[in-house]
Amino acid sequence: MAAHVGGLTVRALTRGFGARTVLHDVDLEIPRGQFVALVGRSGSGKSTLLRAIAGIDFEVEGSGRIEAPERVSVVFQDSRLLPWRRVLANVLLGLPRQAADRARAAIAEVGLAGREDAWPNQLSGGEAQRAALARSLAREPELLLADEPFGALDALTRIKMHTLLRELWERHRPTVLLVTHDVDEAVLLADRVLVLEEGRFSLDLPIDLPHPRSARDERLAGYRDRLLTALGVEQAQPVLEEVAS
Amino acid sequence: MTEIALDTRVAAATDTRRRVRRLGPGKRIPFTRGIGPLLLIGVWSLGSAAGRLDPRVLPAPWSVVHTGWTLWQSGTLGPDLAISLQRAAEGFAIGLVAGVVLALVAGLSRVGAAVIDGNVQVNRALPILGMIPLFILWLGIGETFKISIIAIAVYIPIYINLSAGLSAIDRRFVELAETLGLGRWEFLRQVVIPGALPGFFTGLRLGVTSAWLALVVVEEVNATSGLGYLMYQQATYGLIDSVVLGLVIYGIWGFASDLVVRLVERRVLSWRRTLAD
Repeated sequence: MAAHVGGLTVRALTRGFGARTVLHDVDLEIPRGQFVALVGRSGSGKSTLLRAIAGIDFEVEGSGRIEAPERVSVVFQDSRLLPWRRVLANVLLGLPRQAADRARAAIAEVGLAGREDAWPNQLSGGEAQRAALARSLAREPELLLADEPFGALDALTRIKMHTLLRELWERHRPTVLLVTHDVDEAVLLADRVLVLEEGRFSLDLPIDLPHPRSARDERLAGYRDRLLTALGVEQAQPVLEEVAS
Repeated sequence: MTEIALDTRVAAATDTRRRVRRLGPGKRIPFTRGIGPLLLIGVWSLGSAAGRLDPRVLPAPWSVVHTGWTLWQSGTLGPDLAISLQRAAEGFAIGLVAGVVLALVAGLSRVGAAVIDGNVQVNRALPILGMIPLFILWLGIGETFKISIIAIAVYIPIYINLSAGLSAIDRRFVELAETLGLGRWEFLRQVVIPGALPGFFTGLRLGVTSAWLALVVVEEVNATSGLGYLMYQQATYGLIDSVVLGLVIYGIWGFASDLVVRLVERRVLSWRRTLAD
């Protein structure tokens, strides 16, 4: 157990809604500081797994054991900023007042310096998601759980957010579990990609490429293909891509 | 691309004024809510001055003002106004506290909801006028009875709207509070109370209006002082000026108190942007 301080251990985790079992006896081991992406089709149970690890799957039936670090932060698909609190107060939410300096530093780190007193509805989608990242960051998490955090952003903003998230990870080295349906996002950011299929892991793929990675790096294509195959996606894309380029 | 260029030009030509939202209610008019009543008084004055309004039906504004001045000078109006305001304020304060406390207890605990909510819904269905005889039998016709009736009229809309505000709080924020490890008090302070404030203010405005309504009712039933009593008494002598004066004063009170609540609301809820702003 001590070996996994700051890491994550999941043993024989089962979760279900009524008669439908969503997670079947899942085992997962993430060493401290690893950046893991979890991909799967919708309904594969990836959000259920993340919510179980975050401890917010109340009233969901199941069994199993989860050993997570003490400081866990969650980033949701929506920024979930309280509309009635300014950015700084949102980042400080649940932290002691003395943490204000840390909150300001986190806001600056995500590139929102000067927007501390803005209302959430004055922020763009990307800015709001940055503020949500700052809120997580200010908690100095040992484990960062992100549930499709860039799913609602436009493509350009998403690219910037990818860079930002990876930079933040380089600097703070939390253990990361990033849930996404975007295979490109997974191979670009993560050191290891897990594929969840009907409540079981069907692939555990380490990505041995140096960072920063470029989406144009041809070596990514091989990983992408393996993941898409694992997800059961027919591979007609390479032909299309050749025609397009 | 042409579109963008065009847009820039338009913006450059009109950069000194703000563009008005196309589907909005239109440009802001200063003192919007005062205009209607002022127009009404204008029409009333014109009608009276032109002799088109029979003073036995509706006396001229200036004659109403004159009556008010005379009554004030003779020392009749002042004490009645004071007692009326005191009743309204006390009843309102009690109703406000009761409405807020009951709504919080019912909204934040299942047991509270089970005990309180059904009863308030029944109470809400009973017309205030229908309860007056019972309250007179219980409390007599003194101040306690009057203040109780006003308090009941006030607590109901505040309870109903604050409850609606509490139950409308987004579950996603509850989930957020759980992941952030907020304690119960922090959760109330940061999420529940500010989230329910819009509903509370709706209730507050209705409550203020209800307080004045209830005041008129209780002062015209078995009262021996107050503005409603004064109106009633003068009406028995056929003094229509005083009756209209009383109505005008009620109107001013209602309008002014609503204005105050709105101002407070706009300050407190400044994070909200609605079509009306």
